[in-house]
Amino acid sequence: MTGGAKKKMPDRKGKSAIETKGWQLKLYVAGQTPRSITAFDNLKLICEEHLEGKYHIEVIDLLEKPQLAKGDQILALPTLVRHLPEPITKIIGDLSNTERVLVGLDIKPLC
Amino acid sequence: MAKLKKNVKPEVALLQKCLTGIKGLDEITGGGLPKGRPTLVCGGAGCGKTLLAMEFLVRGAIEHNEPGVYMSFEEKSEELTTNFASLGFDLNDLVSHKKLSLDYVQIERGEIEETGVYNLDGLFIRLGYAIDSIGAKRVALDTIEMLFSGFSNEIILRAELKRLFSFLKEKGVTAIVTGEQGERTLTRFGLEEYVADCVIFLSHKVSEQIATRRLRIVKYRGSVHGTNEYPFLIDEQGFSVMPISSLGLDHPASNKRVSTGIPRLDTMMEGKGYFQGSSILVTGTSGCGKSSVAAHFVDAACRRGERCLYFAFEESRTQILRNMRSIGIDLEQWVKKGLLEFRNSRPTLCGLEMHLVSMHKAIEVFNPAIIVIDPISNLVTSASENEVKSMLSRLIDFLKMKGITALCTDLTAANGSLERTEIGISSLMDTWLLLQAIEANGERNRGLYILKSRGMEHSNQIREFYLTDKGVQLRDVYVGSSGVLTGAARIAQVAREKAEKLARSQDIEQKQRNIERKKEVIEAQIAALRTGLAAEKEDLDQAIDRENLYQKVLDEETLAMAQTRKADDFVSMKKSGSKPGKRGGK
Repeated sequence: MTGGAKKKMPDRKGKSAIETKGWQLKLYVAGQTPRSITAFDNLKLICEEHLEGKYHIEVIDLLEKPQLAKGDQILALPTLVRHLPEPITKIIGDLSNTERVLVGLDIKPLC
Repeated sequence: MAKLKKNVKPEVALLQKCLTGIKGLDEITGGGLPKGRPTLVCGGAGCGKTLLAMEFLVRGAIEHNEPGVYMSFEEKSEELTTNFASLGFDLNDLVSHKKLSLDYVQIERGEIEETGVYNLDGLFIRLGYAIDSIGAKRVALDTIEMLFSGFSNEIILRAELKRLFSFLKEKGVTAIVTGEQGERTLTRFGLEEYVADCVIFLSHKVSEQIATRRLRIVKYRGSVHGTNEYPFLIDEQGFSVMPISSLGLDHPASNKRVSTGIPRLDTMMEGKGYFQGSSILVTGTSGCGKSSVAAHFVDAACRRGERCLYFAFEESRTQILRNMRSIGIDLEQWVKKGLLEFRNSRPTLCGLEMHLVSMHKAIEVFNPAIIVIDPISNLVTSASENEVKSMLSRLIDFLKMKGITALCTDLTAANGSLERTEIGISSLMDTWLLLQAIEANGERNRGLYILKSRGMEHSNQIREFYLTDKGVQLRDVYVGSSGVLTGAARIAQVAREKAEKLARSQDIEQKQRNIERKKEVIEAQIAALRTGLAAEKEDLDQAIDRENLYQKVLDEETLAMAQTRKADDFVSMKKSGSKPGKRGGK
């Protein structure tokens, strides 16, 4: 599932990946806490606004799959990992600061 | 509760301890780290924090069957594995047996953008998962301070750290948390605020170009612990701490005696030699024969089939063998038989603690009955006197516990007082032999005293000490009005006395001869007198005889005359027998 996708993606060139698959985002959370829900909602909003139709969000609940924390070097929660486009970037927190999220994801506001 | 019997009061809930398995550390802490609680290990860079943490886990996994989780924030798992392979720890093997879990937590500030509130649940989950997956009892976090470089929100971080430590306590794992030493604080980010149960401080000081590692237990709640700075060592077998004072003075004292290897020296000590397990100090200026005394002792022990370990800090093995051969002691045969082993090293090769630990180790491995340290005074070059003294007191304590007889030689400075040792350790020693050069009449000769020998009546006399091709020989010295005579002066004195004796005996002979002669003379005189007397007596007898003859003749003549005269006298004379003298009738 996620593991397979992760391995395949970097093989391709970054730019073509954006065009074909778009944005691969993973949101790591621990359970259905208000904070995780806030983070997810914030992310959804930002993506809808700036990356409409070309993004894919995967939510990973570490309470269910703790073994996945090691792979992406997750310490803080919630953490948003941008796997694609490269390079991998991480954003921690509940994503309430939209501007910082945009900077972190390196999304240029649409003009 | 029952575990800690040593404590006098059986309290309700004594602090349980977790044996680290690290040499010496368990002694100082009185049984290990607080069980189920985190312990902070702090110190500067390169002082051995990582090693201590890792060895704690590895020893736990191997010796106490307690799996451990190593969470590294600095070194990658592969790097750790490589680094510890050089210490003989096969981490991969432990990992594959689920005895150890290595987790490298990568923190890169540049990758992380902080947007809003967060917590460190990810770390907790990772740690919790690692602990649960192998049933870990021990955890090492090395060094968790790296988190401060990864996250800018210190308020959140501190709250999370606090939560982390209570999380560890809840998990019931014994944890070691390492922290870099700060400017004025134990750790740069004040981790000691969170880990308050046990704090161990490591330092790595360099003095006189020789580095010494030290360990100190800053605090240990709920337990007595050694408070000193204990030197420790990192070598190919890992971490070893040397407790200075944890060894008590309760070693058994043996009544057995061991020969010194020099018969006359044995005689000076009630004819039996040193006590087994005692410490012997041989001091003297250079060239006094200290090593030779040591070699005799070694030789005698090997002859009894005992094992000897010879720590030489001045000469190489072959040099000692050669030199001792020149005084007729063949030590090489014992080396070949495996009874004697040499450990030669320069004192400056490493710090004093390293010497001590390597000596400890060598002793543990070789298990000797006697050891020789030749000379201890050279160790001063690698450390201060105080350190040497403390090291030696620890070493001697250790040897006494093991019942090993130790002979140490000590070079005294030529100008100093002889009855003082360079290191001031004479009070630690049971027997003290002093070799002294006696300088007189243009020669240097050697004298040997027993300055002290605890527990035995020893000779208080000086002996002259010779190095011959048959080893050390002791002789009585001449004590005359001009002091002790040795060497040529002694020989001269012997000759002188011999001459005097000869002269006296000649004198007597002369007198005897005189008397003899006198006696002969007197006897001759007596004989002469006797002869004279006898001659006189003979004369007298002859005179008497003559007189008688004359008388007889006279009588006969008278008778004949009377016959012819027909005198009355004649008739009466005939009748009465003889009255010839009656010449009055005429």
